[in-house]
Amino acid sequence: MRNRHSRLTHPLVRDSRNEPLRQASWEEALDRTARRLQAARGAFGMFSCAHATNEATYMAQKFARVVMSTNNIDSCDRPCHAPGFAGLSAAFGSGVGTSSYEEMEHTDAIVMWGSNARSTHPVFFQHVLKGIHHGARMYAVDPRRTSTAEWAESRLGLDVGTDIPMAHAIGREIIHAGLANETFIERATSGFEEYKALVEPWTLSLAERVTGVPAAGIRELAHAYARAERAQLCWSLGVTEHHHGTDNVRALIDLALLTGHVGRYGSGLQPLGGRNNAQGCVTMGAVPHRLPGFQDILDPDARLTFESAWDTVIPPHHGLNLTEMFEAMEDGTLKAVYCIGENPARSEADSTQAMRRLHALDFLVVQDIFLTRTAELADVVLPATAARAETDGTTTNSERRVQRVRRAVAPPGEARGDIDIICALAARLGHEWKYADAEAVWNELRSVSPDHHGMTYARLAEQHGIRWPCPDTDRLEPTWLHGRLWETEPARRGRRAPFGLVQHTPPVDRTDKAFPIRLTTGRRPDSCAYIELSPEDAERYGVVPGEEVQVTSRSGSVVAPVRIDAGLRPGLARMTARFGASAVRMEKLPVVTYVG
Amino acid sequence: MTVTPLGIPRRLLEFTIDDEKTRVPEGSTLLDACRAAGKDIPTLCHGDTLTPKSTCRICVVEVEGSRTLVPACSRKAEPGMAVRTDTARVRHSRRIVLELLASSTDLSTTPKAAEWIKKYEAKPDRFGPDAARPGEGPRVDNDLYVRDYGKCVLCYKCVDACGEQWQNSFAISVCGRGFDARIAVEHDGPLAESACVYCGNCIEVCPTGALSFRSEFDMRAAGTWDESAQTATATVCAHCEVGCTLTLHVQDNEIVKVTSPHDNPVTHGNLCNKGRFGHQHVQNRD
Repeated sequence: MRNRHSRLTHPLVRDSRNEPLRQASWEEALDRTARRLQAARGAFGMFSCAHATNEATYMAQKFARVVMSTNNIDSCDRPCHAPGFAGLSAAFGSGVGTSSYEEMEHTDAIVMWGSNARSTHPVFFQHVLKGIHHGARMYAVDPRRTSTAEWAESRLGLDVGTDIPMAHAIGREIIHAGLANETFIERATSGFEEYKALVEPWTLSLAERVTGVPAAGIRELAHAYARAERAQLCWSLGVTEHHHGTDNVRALIDLALLTGHVGRYGSGLQPLGGRNNAQGCVTMGAVPHRLPGFQDILDPDARLTFESAWDTVIPPHHGLNLTEMFEAMEDGTLKAVYCIGENPARSEADSTQAMRRLHALDFLVVQDIFLTRTAELADVVLPATAARAETDGTTTNSERRVQRVRRAVAPPGEARGDIDIICALAARLGHEWKYADAEAVWNELRSVSPDHHGMTYARLAEQHGIRWPCPDTDRLEPTWLHGRLWETEPARRGRRAPFGLVQHTPPVDRTDKAFPIRLTTGRRPDSCAYIELSPEDAERYGVVPGEEVQVTSRSGSVVAPVRIDAGLRPGLARMTARFGASAVRMEKLPVVTYVG
Repeated sequence: MTVTPLGIPRRLLEFTIDDEKTRVPEGSTLLDACRAAGKDIPTLCHGDTLTPKSTCRICVVEVEGSRTLVPACSRKAEPGMAVRTDTARVRHSRRIVLELLASSTDLSTTPKAAEWIKKYEAKPDRFGPDAARPGEGPRVDNDLYVRDYGKCVLCYKCVDACGEQWQNSFAISVCGRGFDARIAVEHDGPLAESACVYCGNCIEVCPTGALSFRSEFDMRAAGTWDESAQTATATVCAHCEVGCTLTLHVQDNEIVKVTSPHDNPVTHGNLCNKGRFGHQHVQNRD
C-alpha cells in the first residue's frame, strides 16, 4: 500500500471489489467513471470540499445539477459550520458573519464563545488583541481554561452543553436590568414578547445551578455586553459542533438582537470556521438547498436564471444533505458517489458505519491529493492539485472576503486541477464545457450571482480581496452587514429579524455513577490520540502522563495514553480522536497489559 | 474605476526636501515624505508594520534649525521644514553607523548593506579584526528557525513583533546591559523551552537575516540558496477560515520560504505556525 502521506501522482482504478487499486491512465479512469456515473443517474450524490477553490466548488455543484440532474450535493464539513449558516440565515436571511476583522480593533466589548481563537485562529486573534489594547473588554465563555481566556476580563467556565441556559440567563438579565435596546427591538425584530417569556425562568441562580458559572459572572457579562457602545460576539466549533448547534447559534444571535449589537460598525456576529473555504461551499451553491450566490433553490425566478444560463432543468426541490445521503446509501437509493477532497470515512462521527456504507456503494470515485481512507475504498481515485499552492482561483474567508489563490508550484506527476477533471468527466457525459481558466469560471459565476458581480479578478488583486456581497464594479459595500436594520424608513429596513425561540436540551449522553466523566473533543497540532484529563481527575484516578488507560463509553471503548491539561475542569476530559460518545468512564489498565 | 474608502481627509503639509517643494498628508514621517519624493534613504530598524524605535540611526537626515540630525523614520513632517538628505554631515553619520555595525556584526545577509557601504565609502575594516563581537555560531536548536546573533544589530523589531505590537507571545526580549545587551528568549535558553509559538513573525521583520528560516539557512550552507531563481506568489492559506495571504517563495518547484504582504488587511504581514511552516504535506511528491 502507498504511503498515506505522499501525494497521489497517477489515477488508480480497481477492477473488481476484491482487487487492489492499480495504476491507470487518465483515459481509462475517466471513461470508467463516466460509464459508471451514467449508470447511476437518479441515485447519485456529490461531496464537495471545503478546501477547494470557489471556482472548483462552483463547477462541482454545476456538475451535480446539470450533468447528473440532482441537488444531492453537500460538504463533509457541515456538522461544524452548517449550524452557524443556518442560525444566521434564519435571523438575517444570509448565513454569514456580519462583521469584519478590522472592526474587532474598534469595538468596546468582545465575547469569545466556545472559541479558543488565540490558539486556533491566531491571526484573527491579533485583531482581537488590538481591540483589547485599545480598551475593549473581552469575555471568554468556554468549559476549558484556554489561552484565549488568559486575555479575558473574566472566563465563564460553563459545563459542556449548557450554552443555551447561559445565553437565556444573559438575555433575561439584560431585559430585567432595563438594558435591552427597545427601539431596535421594536423597529427591526419580531418575536420579542415570546422570547421574553421563554427566558423568564432562566434566573441567574438557576443558570448558576445548570451551567456551573457563578451568577455574578453571568451578570457581569450581561451588563458589559449590553452597556457597550459597540460589541462583537464571536463563536467557533464549541458552539456549533453539537447536535443542537443551530439552536445554540440562535440563542447567541438573540443577544445581539436584544441589544442592537448588529448592523453597525464595530457591532456584529463573527463565526470562525476550521476549513478555509467553508463559506465558499455555501455561497457557491455546493449545498442541497441553495444555488450559487446564496439563492434559494425553491425560488422559481432564481432557478430560471440558472436554467437559462446553464441550459438545463434544475430539480425544484432540496437535494439530500450529507446525513441524508449516508442514510440513502443504507437503504440503497443512493448508489454512486463522487467525492472531491473529502474524507468521510474519517470525518463522519461514526466512522465504522460510514466506511461500511461507502463500501456498499455500487461506485465510488474519489478526487484528492492523498490516498485517504475514503480513497482506499474507492473504485476510481483521481489525483488532484492542492488548491492553495497549485491552483488558480479564489476562496472566501470568515469575514466574507473573497481572495485570490494562485498557482506557485507545479503539481506532482499527472495530477490535474479540479475544474479540469470535472470538465473532462462532463464532456464524456455529453456536456462540452469550455473554460480557458479559473477566471472564466469565476466570470460565469459573476454573471449568475448578483452579489458577486462586482468582484473581478483585477479588483480582487487590487483590493487584497473584497468582502461579499459586492454587486457593483465601481463601489465597495460597508464592512458590516445588515445596516438596513437601522434605517428609520420601515420600507428600507426590510424583513424583521426574528428572535430564535430555542429550548435547552441537556446532552443526550448523561453523566452518572457508571460514566462520571464528560468527554469533549478538540484538535491538537499533533495527531496522537490522547485522553486529556484535569490535574484533579488524574490525581483522583491515580494516573500519570503517558500511562495508557481504558476509556469506555456506552457505545465503545478505546485505549489511550493520558495527558494532563491544566485547562480542563474536574469531570471534563478531552480527546483528539473522534470517539462517538460524550460520557465516559476511565479505567486504569493492569500493568503491562498491552504489548505492541 | 474603483472607489477605495479614504478615511478621514487629511490636511496636506508643505515643506522642502533638498530645496524642492513637497506636500504630504498630515501625520506622515520624513521617511514617508522622502520616499514619496524618490529619495533613497537607507533603513534597518524601520518596520512598515511597527512603531519606529529609531535605534539604528542609519536613516538620519538634516533638518534646518535642528542641532542634531533627526531619524527620518520617526520624525513627523511639519509645515515649513527644510530637510536635507544628502549633506556631508548626513553622509558622514551614515558612514560611521555602517562602519560600526559592519565591523561588529556580520551584515552579509543584510539586503543592500554592501551597496550602502560602497555608496557611503564606509571602511569597517579600519577598526581591525578585534571589533567583531566575540564570535558565536548560529543557534540551530529546532527544525524551523535559526538564530544567528552574530548578525543581530539590536534593532528590537523582533521584540516588538513578538510583543504587544503583534504576536503578544513575549518570547523574545533583551537581556544584559550596555555592551552585553543582546536579544534572547527567557533565560537565554533554547527556543523550544521558551514561550515561542513558532509563528515566524520575528523572521518576517528581521532586517539582517539574524533570524532566518531553517530551510534558507540550510540552503545557504549548502550553497543552493539562489534568490534570483526564486518566484514569489501570493495565495491564501488553507489551514483555517481566517484567510491569511501567504507569499510562497519557490525555488526549483519547492516552497523554500513563506512570508505575507505587510499591507494585507487580514495579516499585516503576520502568520501563525501553520501558515508559515505547514506546507510540507503539499510537497510530499515522492
